[in-house]
Amino acid sequence: MADLKLTDVEKTYGGTVQVLRDINLDIDQGELIVFVGPSGCGKSTLLRMIAGLEKITGGELQIDGQVVNDVPPSERGIAMVFQSYALYPHMTVRDNMAFALKIAGKSKAEIDEAVNAAAAKLQLENFLDRLPKALSGGQRQRVAIGRSIVRDPKVYLFDEPLSNLDAALRVATRIEIAQLKEQMPESTMIYVTHDQVEAMTLASRIVVLAGGGVAQVGSPLTLYEKPNSTFVAQFIGSPAMNLLGGKIVGTGETTTLELEEGGGTITSHYPSKPEDMGAPVKVGIRPEDMTETDANDFAYHGTVEITEALGEVTLLYFQKSAPDHDPVIGKLSGIHKELRGQDVKLTAAPEKVHVFKDDISLLYRDETVFLPGVQPH
Amino acid sequence: MNPIFQGLITIVVGVGGCVGYFYFANLILDRFIFPAKGPEAGRNINRANQVRPWLFLFPAMFALSLYLVYPVFGSFIRSLYNRAGTEFIGFGNYLNLFGDSAFQTAFFNNFLWVLVVPAMATFLGLLVAQLTDRLAWGNIAKSLIFMPMAISFVGASLIWRFVYAADPDIGIINAIRVYFGAEALDPLQVPFWNNFFLMVILIWIQTGFAMVILSAALRGIPEETVEAAIIDGANPFQVFFRIKVPQIMGTIVVVWTTITILVLKVFDIVYAMTGGNFDTEILPSYMMDFMFRDDGRATAVAFVIMIVVLPVMIWNIVQARKEMR
Ligand SMILES: Nc1ncnc2c1ncn2[C@@H]1O[C@H](COP(=O)(O)OP(=O)(O)OP(=O)(O)O)[C@@H](O)[C@H]1O
Ligand SMILES: [Mg+2]
Repeated sequence: MADLKLTDVEKTYGGTVQVLRDINLDIDQGELIVFVGPSGCGKSTLLRMIAGLEKITGGELQIDGQVVNDVPPSERGIAMVFQSYALYPHMTVRDNMAFALKIAGKSKAEIDEAVNAAAAKLQLENFLDRLPKALSGGQRQRVAIGRSIVRDPKVYLFDEPLSNLDAALRVATRIEIAQLKEQMPESTMIYVTHDQVEAMTLASRIVVLAGGGVAQVGSPLTLYEKPNSTFVAQFIGSPAMNLLGGKIVGTGETTTLELEEGGGTITSHYPSKPEDMGAPVKVGIRPEDMTETDANDFAYHGTVEITEALGEVTLLYFQKSAPDHDPVIGKLSGIHKELRGQDVKLTAAPEKVHVFKDDISLLYRDETVFLPGVQPH
Repeated sequence: MNPIFQGLITIVVGVGGCVGYFYFANLILDRFIFPAKGPEAGRNINRANQVRPWLFLFPAMFALSLYLVYPVFGSFIRSLYNRAGTEFIGFGNYLNLFGDSAFQTAFFNNFLWVLVVPAMATFLGLLVAQLTDRLAWGNIAKSLIFMPMAISFVGASLIWRFVYAADPDIGIINAIRVYFGAEALDPLQVPFWNNFFLMVILIWIQTGFAMVILSAALRGIPEETVEAAIIDGANPFQVFFRIKVPQIMGTIVVVWTTITILVLKVFDIVYAMTGGNFDTEILPSYMMDFMFRDDGRATAVAFVIMIVVLPVMIWNIVQARKEMR
């Protein structure tokens, strides 16, 4: 029920350590924004600044058009779900959920109604009189979510809410959160995670934070299909996108590229300008976009060193061209153990070939792109 | 013989004796009593493992029973005999006690002590622990408040004798009184209230203890529960009383009962400050009055104290165990 606007927000600890700078974000009502980024890039810090738990040392945060830099957390209309759940251990589930309303001086009838409604939504009715220590991890997480629902906040903040759960439960809870969001299309949610699947499935838009700034903002598919820099290209997707050295040998609506390693020539749908002719670039191809070929317009060829057959796909790790290079990785559908030790040629469709000049995608050449200057993994 | 040399020998013999006991007792058990060979090797190993804990615990249990359990029964029996210890008089000493108005005063005063001292020391300790938590100079403040813990009760009493001195040139209380035009008096002779003036000394000493334990407990509270409460709209008082205090309740109870048990043991303060005069007697100092003069009666008092302490002690242990889990 609210939109957020961050203008030139920055965070400096102790006057010297700058962890975030120039954060500009416009978040619309009803969006589910996911913050991703390497560990320590400031995701939690930014979330806590929005919550009001951390002071904003520069710039402006608006919620619903109102500057809230100095508004205490409880008056910002936000609710937060912590990674460790942060349930009050001495209170029953019911009291945990009712706490905020009791503090706000709501009547008993009102409190009961809100708590019961939230409990019904999260299937917690049978646990209302238990203490948190008598609940499983998934149930605790639901109580933590229930505690925020009860307050009917404008903005929900989640800091890695699922990372303490085991894999199966994480999937189940992720789906529950997606359903919850559907039931509450009005509310805005901001969600921090390390998990790419969570980010790709839940987000309406993903914010990639790195090196103290925003590397790219966009829908999950935009980030996947049109990353603005080599950083984002390699950060989103697993295994990471292959980056091959090459140069531009044909410009125009589409770009023709000659590759150093493996030596083939391929075409990309990225447009280029005449002055790009001969420019050294990085050619990005996702492992899953690579296909085996016999033709001469291959993108890459090399000896397969290791194969990992995962059932539905097989990962091919090629011999490194130099010890400090990452190996090129191919992902072919089906089982291809026989390719181990063989010389394999790979290519990719033109629309799957990304071109980066000076680490910036040719698609974004006219925009300012923030390069984090750190390794994505 | 040179006393240093003597001391060294004692240490070597003591430590060596302990190590030797464990080593040889273990050796004998494994080699000779239940040897791990022959047809019953497996069974012997199991039996040896069952005996071993008791073997190792034996010295401690022996010392404890000799110096703790035996005296309890010894005292009880002694309390049933007359002053000289020659004649069995049943519960005579106890009957005499309860009839003695001095004992009743001591009992009542002790009741006040138990009520006030642990409560105040715990409360102040908690307050200081919370207030100094975020301060840059909090650790200095804490060290200062902890310092009285290092002073013996008699030493502390001596310090407070100066504070309470009737001479306005020495005692700060009377200095202030005189400054405001009131007359100097001896605080320790003010009926009823003098009890509280004595309690202040023990509170002064024990606040540091409570502070240290509670400060550690406060640090152990997950920061996120506090942050969640702040987001839920709780003000600092509500965060403290509704989120923090309940989470460390177990520790508070342990501190409280520990001080309660101490209160029932301290006689030094009363002994050094008033000698039990002016109606300030408490049970331990009352007991001291009879010790070596009428051991029958003194042990009877000791027994009364023990019976009073026992439930507090049990509660303390139960709580402390819960805390450790
Ligand atoms: N009090 C502080 N003083 C100085 N630096 C701090 C302080 N608190 C956090 N930082 C730094 O701020 C950076 C961002 O921390 P933050 O917890 O926001 O990272 P994160 O992106 O949430 O990481 P993770 O994914 O591991 O949770 C880190 O590099 C951290 O070292
Ligand atoms: Mg974090």
